[in-house]
Amino acid sequence: MYEKEKIDALKAKVNAYNEKTEASLAKRPERYKVFETGSGEPVNRLYTPVDVEGLNYETDLGIPGQFPYTRGVQPTMYRGQLWTMRMYAGFATAEESNKRYKFLVEQGSSGLSVAFDLPTQIGYDSDHSLSEGEVGKVGVAIDSLADMEILFDGIPLDKVSTSMTINAPASVLLAMYIAVGEKQGVSAEKLRGTIQNDILKEYIARGTYIFPTDPSMRLITDIFEFCSKEVPQWNTISISGYHIREAGSTAAQEVGFTLADGIAYVEAAIKAGLDVDSFAPRLSFFFNAHNDLLEEVAKFRAARRLWAKIMKDRFGAKDPKSMALKFHTQTGGSTLTAQQPDNNIVRVAIQTLAAVLGGTQSLHTNSKDEALALPTEASVQVALRTQQIVGYESGVTNTVDPLAGSYYIEAKTSEIEEQAMAYIRKIDELGGAPRAIDLGYIQQEIMDASYKYQKEVESSQRIVVGMNKYQVEEAAPQGLLRVDLSVGENQKARLAELRAKRDNTAVEATLAALKTACEGTENVMPFILDAVRVYATLGEICGVMREVFGEYQQSVNL
Amino acid sequence: MELAERLLMGDRRAAARLITMMENKDPEAQEIMRQLYSQSGKAYVIGITGPPGAGKSTLTDKLVKHVRKTGAKVGVIAVDPTSPFTGGAILGDRVRMSDLATDPGVFVRSMGARGHLGGISEATSAAVKILDIYGAEYIFIETVGVGQSEVDIVKNSDTTVMVSVPGLGDDIQAIKAGVMEIGDVFAVNKADRDGANRTAREIEMMLDFSHADWRPPVKMVVAVDSKGIEELFAAIEDHRHYMMEDGKFTLRRAENARNELLEMVKSRIVEQLLNHDVKAERVEQLAMDVATRVIDPLTAAEELIQSVL
Amino acid sequence: MGGSIMDRPIRVLVSKPGLDGHDRGAKVIARALRDAGMEVIYTGLRQTPEQITNAAIQEDVDCVAVSILSGAHGTLIPKIAELLKKEGADDVLLVAGGVIPQEDIPFLKEHGVAEVFTPGTPTDVTIQFIRNNIKR
Repeated sequence: MYEKEKIDALKAKVNAYNEKTEASLAKRPERYKVFETGSGEPVNRLYTPVDVEGLNYETDLGIPGQFPYTRGVQPTMYRGQLWTMRMYAGFATAEESNKRYKFLVEQGSSGLSVAFDLPTQIGYDSDHSLSEGEVGKVGVAIDSLADMEILFDGIPLDKVSTSMTINAPASVLLAMYIAVGEKQGVSAEKLRGTIQNDILKEYIARGTYIFPTDPSMRLITDIFEFCSKEVPQWNTISISGYHIREAGSTAAQEVGFTLADGIAYVEAAIKAGLDVDSFAPRLSFFFNAHNDLLEEVAKFRAARRLWAKIMKDRFGAKDPKSMALKFHTQTGGSTLTAQQPDNNIVRVAIQTLAAVLGGTQSLHTNSKDEALALPTEASVQVALRTQQIVGYESGVTNTVDPLAGSYYIEAKTSEIEEQAMAYIRKIDELGGAPRAIDLGYIQQEIMDASYKYQKEVESSQRIVVGMNKYQVEEAAPQGLLRVDLSVGENQKARLAELRAKRDNTAVEATLAALKTACEGTENVMPFILDAVRVYATLGEICGVMREVFGEYQQSVNL
Repeated sequence: MELAERLLMGDRRAAARLITMMENKDPEAQEIMRQLYSQSGKAYVIGITGPPGAGKSTLTDKLVKHVRKTGAKVGVIAVDPTSPFTGGAILGDRVRMSDLATDPGVFVRSMGARGHLGGISEATSAAVKILDIYGAEYIFIETVGVGQSEVDIVKNSDTTVMVSVPGLGDDIQAIKAGVMEIGDVFAVNKADRDGANRTAREIEMMLDFSHADWRPPVKMVVAVDSKGIEELFAAIEDHRHYMMEDGKFTLRRAENARNELLEMVKSRIVEQLLNHDVKAERVEQLAMDVATRVIDPLTAAEELIQSVL
Repeated sequence: MGGSIMDRPIRVLVSKPGLDGHDRGAKVIARALRDAGMEVIYTGLRQTPEQITNAAIQEDVDCVAVSILSGAHGTLIPKIAELLKKEGADDVLLVAGGVIPQEDIPFLKEHGVAEVFTPGTPTDVTIQFIRNNIKR
């Protein structure tokens, strides 16, 4: 991009500038000895064309909507349409969640995002002994199709797109969603949405796994295959880096480990006999939007460029849609403080900017009280307004990828891409992501980064406003959302009723057929659908799968 | 003594407390151990060792479950390294043995090596005896095989199981001096992986060089799926029966006791030096003199031994 | 007696009760305790109150530290305290951390918890508290 002589001359000038500054540091120190990004990577004093010397616009940046998608996966990005404002919600009962969804849709949310409680995420009914105290706490309790019907009551499934944060039992919840659609008269081909369905990151960072790796991968590829034929508009997986980042990883690790997981899924699907272009266009990703705005923007761009190259060169994808990394973003929950919660609104605003400047397709913004509890309606509204203000008032959506060409941004984008690629290579050497997880490599890296961060905060090397600097005496916050234990009792009562009213013979028959399918190699989705339709419970269906597949054994990586 | 009575009655809190006290060299506990020593020796002790990542904890978990089918009470001692810098340790073997936590017939205790490079200390031996008296019929000691620790575990167990995994550089592991001599039974875990058969063959080849009477069996297991566990335990029992013939068992225990005795003597001599102010000071002086070549270490050592005798 | 200088390592059980899978905090505290010279028995995820209590007894720990972010603390933590008491182990210091609202802390303290360490508490504070308050 720049001529050699000009670059050399500039190099000399920059060196002189740095030497002069360093010489005077004793008298005029900078604010820190070392300046680092949020992830702990060094940041130079000044970035110039020298730092992007090898950059080639055509091959490295290109045109948005075209390979390598660095500048965005759609040609006009937010000029065409703003990102989907998709607020993660769900708690207590299906009725209450249903009310919250209707509220969000009224307030301008363009997509639904369902949060399930822990028993549901781990395949237990609300009356299981391990569900004690957990029902409805971190999301909605769904025990059967009956609950799902209430959840979407009055919400036309052909008019919304729904993202479901569900992993190990994703097949079952997807089947329930399809069945709800059937009851509304909406055929499966019209359904739009996403299931998270990313089991590898559960093993790494999130913990809501059920089955061991191999059968879990089988379930995932069964879903890919089933949807490519029956639910073609559905995003079958949301390969997640959000939780990896929340567990304490760096930005480069977030990209490296997530794309390594993605590679594992693509390989599994190809091994199962699927053609890469038949499922790859429906893969999606889920990233974190952290505090260091500029590093985050570089991170998103690096992820897009790297994935495009991987799909093209490593997997030989031909369909451009297979190479386009589309993603949902959530602002980083772990960056929020319990102290001075109003400050969190500002943090979320900065993180929203990061996600938007980074070209996200959909976004969830956290509410200010989320370090303490699930959000109230009032605080959710502010979080949603944050997105709307950035979208309509800030001007950053008027042009595509506005930060491109910044010397710092381009240098960082390339740096993160290289570092992520190094992690992928290391994981390849270990035998792929599932092996690396088995060996504890990924978890150990994250744990080390997380501990380093903790030490930096505790030594005040890293400032967290309100927490280790600018603290105030505060009264305990009032009016937090509470989910009480009657939810669990109510669900148990409902389950008892359901089991009495339904056709138990039919349930047994479908469960038996499912068991046989699990033991063989048939696609399990039609069998799960059959069971779901006759009101077999989530716990019963997962129970059959637990019997056949066994349970995942956690490892220790401290 | 109340604690002693409670231990004899199978009170697990008493067992737990006594182990702690022996770890901390509590004289009251040592007195109890003196009194109760004749009641120990009934449990069969199985050592499980091998490199990190071999899946020893999972394997131990499955073996224990298998033994439990017979109704026999089981003790497990899981040893993990202690940080030489902070003295702290993370003892994580219980993670793989969660189910055992609700079985009243199983007692699991995690111990830090606490400066004992080999992982097996007097405290570990004491813990074995305590669980023995408590009522365990089988006791598993599980520890990581690094440095000389495999050798240590042999000195404390009746049967030692060496666990390998394909692809962890076992060929190098196997060649490591002395390793082959200590395994009574070999387990190749994660045997569903590529290279498992090769690993087994390499072990067999190494064993071909040995002229010992007992030929250690090499068993293929996939611990996480409970595959091969029954056969592995049968091999352990085979070794046990072999040892019970012709007094070999007693000879081995005598060998182990001899080691224990000598270790105790060594550590007590050192303790007597270091716990006595004047003598401890002399140790420091002599150390400096040795370092500055004023005196040679052999002479210095003899002086210290004389001061204790 | 609390406050005595320890010449033996303090033993702490770090555990995650219930279905919550977020273990970053628990792992950080485990490491911090180890770096402070303590022996940390880490049980991992998905522990029932029974498993935690049995482990605490067999390991003869000085302290049980539970980490819980799922909102189920009101049910699970009192149960752990109850079981410890039932087993005669109420000389074990019980502390908790995670996403626990301030307004729930009095209830937990009435039910056997010595202290709750809310988000943002420096690990040193937790370490000092344990050192100063263990009962043996």
